[in-house]
Amino acid sequence: MQRQVALIKQSLFDQGYLDEQFVELEELQDDANPNFVEEVATLYFKDSARLISNIEQALERGSFDFNRLDNYMHQFKGSSTSIGASKVKTECTMFREYCRVGNAEVFSLFRTCDECRCLRTFKQLKKEHATLRKKLEQYFQASK
Amino acid sequence: MVMAAEPQFHVLAVDDSLFDRKLIERLLQKASCQVTTVDSGYKALEFLGLREGVEINDPDAVSTSPVIHQEVEVNLIITDYCMPSMTGYDLLKEVKESSACKNIPVVIMSSENVPARISRCLEEGAEEFFLKPVRLADLNKLKPHMMKTKLKNQKLEEIETPSKVESGTVAAVVEPESEVEPKQIYLQVVQQEEQTVSNNKRKSVEEGLSTHRSRPRFEGITTAV
Repeated sequence: MQRQVALIKQSLFDQGYLDEQFVELEELQDDANPNFVEEVATLYFKDSARLISNIEQALERGSFDFNRLDNYMHQFKGSSTSIGASKVKTECTMFREYCRVGNAEVFSLFRTCDECRCLRTFKQLKKEHATLRKKLEQYFQASK
Repeated sequence: MVMAAEPQFHVLAVDDSLFDRKLIERLLQKASCQVTTVDSGYKALEFLGLREGVEINDPDAVSTSPVIHQEVEVNLIITDYCMPSMTGYDLLKEVKESSACKNIPVVIMSSENVPARISRCLEEGAEEFFLKPVRLADLNKLKPHMMKTKLKNQKLEEIETPSKVESGTVAAVVEPESEVEPKQIYLQVVQQEEQTVSNNKRKSVEEGLSTHRSRPRFEGITTAV
């Protein structure tokens, strides 16, 4: 079991899903707070599920409100950074960049391109997020 | 004389995100601090005794003079910058403008590195500005700031209640009637301060000491330790 735990963890780091911030969190765990990382991970996924749902609703409405989208992404990026979710953080950064560019875009055709990039990035983000969630669930399960 | 154990600092942490509150709470606990977390600037002001539990934009609010809660000593306020309704900057301003709380060090946290924001906060009196995610090493930098206020508060208490034994850095009881003893104890306190506060802070600590009017005879002391 121990070996499996180590393997899952190693692959998460090797594949870039997690970064050293996750290690910082593990160092905050002790005998008095043995499940701290799992607890914050649970909070993170609860938060991020809500944000993903908000973003999807905003995108479904058809008109791109870049400011609102950027606001959601700001929160998403913040908590992803704090938990060490490296790939998700990168996708958030890209999404925000497209929002920034799209917001400033005058030509509607180019604006549509930015919107497409946002949608594509968001799709990728959801994929990374789902993979991370599954792998972390396996990790915590194996650690018990 | 017995060296006192490391004093307990009480930190008030303010953040609207539950996730961030949990994180900062654990970090502060790991740094051996006592923590109180609140989810808004208003709740923070309430806790500090600067608000009567009333929202600022409540039209039915009756303005009353604020009640200062002396029992709850706060050695540091650490707050998120981006919060709905009242930002960390607004909270910082309120704290620094209050006579009761202006000496409490305030630290601002933000996930965004905006130089204009950082300098604005520092100019308004914030002690430090931390980029999130905050780490244990960042919090350890805050100990000298918290120590300064705690010692100041303890010394004020000492003067007011001379027979009370402090559990903090003062290792002996102050006897104001005796000519010799107060001076010795004063020097002991300063010695302990010297050990705990870095050399850069020495000037501000001495300045702090020399403002105690009740002991004018000690103003001239520049401790040669």
